[in-house]
Amino acid sequence: MSNSSLKELARTIRAHTLCMVHKSRASHVGTCLSMADLLAVLYGQILRVDPARPHWPDRDRFILSKGHGAAIVYAVLAERGFFPASWLETYCEDDSKLGGHITHADVPGVEASTGSLGHGLSIGCGIALAAKHDDKDYRVFVMLSDGELDEGSAWEAILFAPHHGLDNLIAIVDYNKIQSFGSVRDVLELEPLADKWRAFGWAVLEIDGHDYEQIIDALSNVPMEEGRPTVVIAHTVKGKGVSFMEDQLAWHYKSPDDEQLARALIELGESN
Amino acid sequence: MRTAFIDTLCEVAEKNERVWLLSGDLGYSVLERFAEKFPQRFLNVGVAEQNMIGIAAGLAMSGHIVFTYSIANFPVMRCLEQIRNDVCLHNLNVKIVAVGGGLAYGPAGYTHHALEDLAVMRAMPGMTVVAPGDPVEARLATRAIADHPGPCYLRLGKAGEPVVHTVEPKFRIGEAIVMRSGEDVILISTGGMLERAIRAAELLSDRGISAGVLSMHTVKPLDEKAIHGAALRTRLICVVEEHGETGGLSDAVARTLSEHNATCAFAALNIPVEENGKIGSQSYLVERAGLTAESISERIARALKQQ
Repeated sequence: MSNSSLKELARTIRAHTLCMVHKSRASHVGTCLSMADLLAVLYGQILRVDPARPHWPDRDRFILSKGHGAAIVYAVLAERGFFPASWLETYCEDDSKLGGHITHADVPGVEASTGSLGHGLSIGCGIALAAKHDDKDYRVFVMLSDGELDEGSAWEAILFAPHHGLDNLIAIVDYNKIQSFGSVRDVLELEPLADKWRAFGWAVLEIDGHDYEQIIDALSNVPMEEGRPTVVIAHTVKGKGVSFMEDQLAWHYKSPDDEQLARALIELGESN
Repeated sequence: MRTAFIDTLCEVAEKNERVWLLSGDLGYSVLERFAEKFPQRFLNVGVAEQNMIGIAAGLAMSGHIVFTYSIANFPVMRCLEQIRNDVCLHNLNVKIVAVGGGLAYGPAGYTHHALEDLAVMRAMPGMTVVAPGDPVEARLATRAIADHPGPCYLRLGKAGEPVVHTVEPKFRIGEAIVMRSGEDVILISTGGMLERAIRAAELLSDRGISAGVLSMHTVKPLDEKAIHGAALRTRLICVVEEHGETGGLSDAVARTLSEHNATCAFAALNIPVEENGKIGSQSYLVERAGLTAESISERIARALKQQ
């Protein structure tokens, strides 16, 4: 995909997400928007997946460990054709397949259900280990939040992966600097974050998570070092793309009303 | 039981190359034989049970059958949410093995007493819960859970448990084994209580009380048919388990008896909560809890007299 197509994909999935969260009056729109550009590059260009064969054994795996960012992952899966876009309208509704935290059952393209933080990287380690053992060349991408790195279990996995040379494992930190009940700096400072991962044995790259050249360059060149897992620390802005949602804790919880949705869609350049 | 387990797992892994064993840094002098035979399918993940279950889930999602191993509460409680979400929600082939069920690690203290594990694992959706009664059942249970699709929990004793089955019994998950029949009382035993339950039944029969024993090696799914059959044939059903009073086999049996309006009396002999934190050998702690063969027979004789 060209950069402009990738940006168009990001714009579309941001718009889907706003509509989904508005309709269902759900939370977590900010955390979805911060990783929109990363997801667009992953699903538009990087991941070797086939919507016609969601269980293709050699596919790359994507695990959303920050399971509360489900809406935009459903949106990108629908845009890639894993399931009809009409499903998005059922997000969080009674009897929907699409739950507020990422749900795998009967949803093509979702590898694992998460929602409690600190689970996804361990699962990713297991899948990456299986690939090595089975002599397969698929990669495993795991999207983590910054707040999630408060969980001890995350660091168990961070310690494990380099010891076992899992260079087919790529962690991406959506580092939007705001966690559930405050800024990362105020709640539990992660800095120096890159040094921490490096000290645990990972190949580390810090990028601007909204700069397409940097994202593409980072994710196209993995593993960064043979024999080491890669972490891409993506500096992002919570709520990115909608000015009044950017960098605001409140949009971890609030859903836009009719007027806010209309304004947000205009900002994104949606014609109606 | 742990020797029976590991020897059997080696046999299973010899035939099925999808079988893995993960350890949370425990298993000295037990797991080496597996590690030496199958180095590519053995992994000591370190002292990190949450990560162990997550890794097991990832391997199982990729088509492998993964046994996780640790002692007492560590493989169950420390990583309970990983078991619930990563393993049970995805209905994966992960087999959780705990050595030291009940009071087997007696002098090691309360942290090492597994007294709530059956309750907790029974509550996990889709989890099969097996607590073999002797090394023979441990061997048969290991084989059975390897073949049984989905999440399983295997609660073992430790080492040196007496062999109760002189002849290899028919072993099926969810089917109790009739050890002896009786008309006055039927003891239902799970896990390492089996030998004491049988001796208790012998002591009762010496006193002219007809006592049967069921080995309920599978706590979930429960063999309700065997329980209702027993309820029709006897005056008293008595569950014996080296487990706390809440949520174990006795609660499961009481529920099914109640749901089916059983007319026989019911008694549960467990580890009372007042015993928590006591230090001593397994036999000392079991005696304190009133779960020796002598105490069990005495308590049952008393219960029958009060009827």
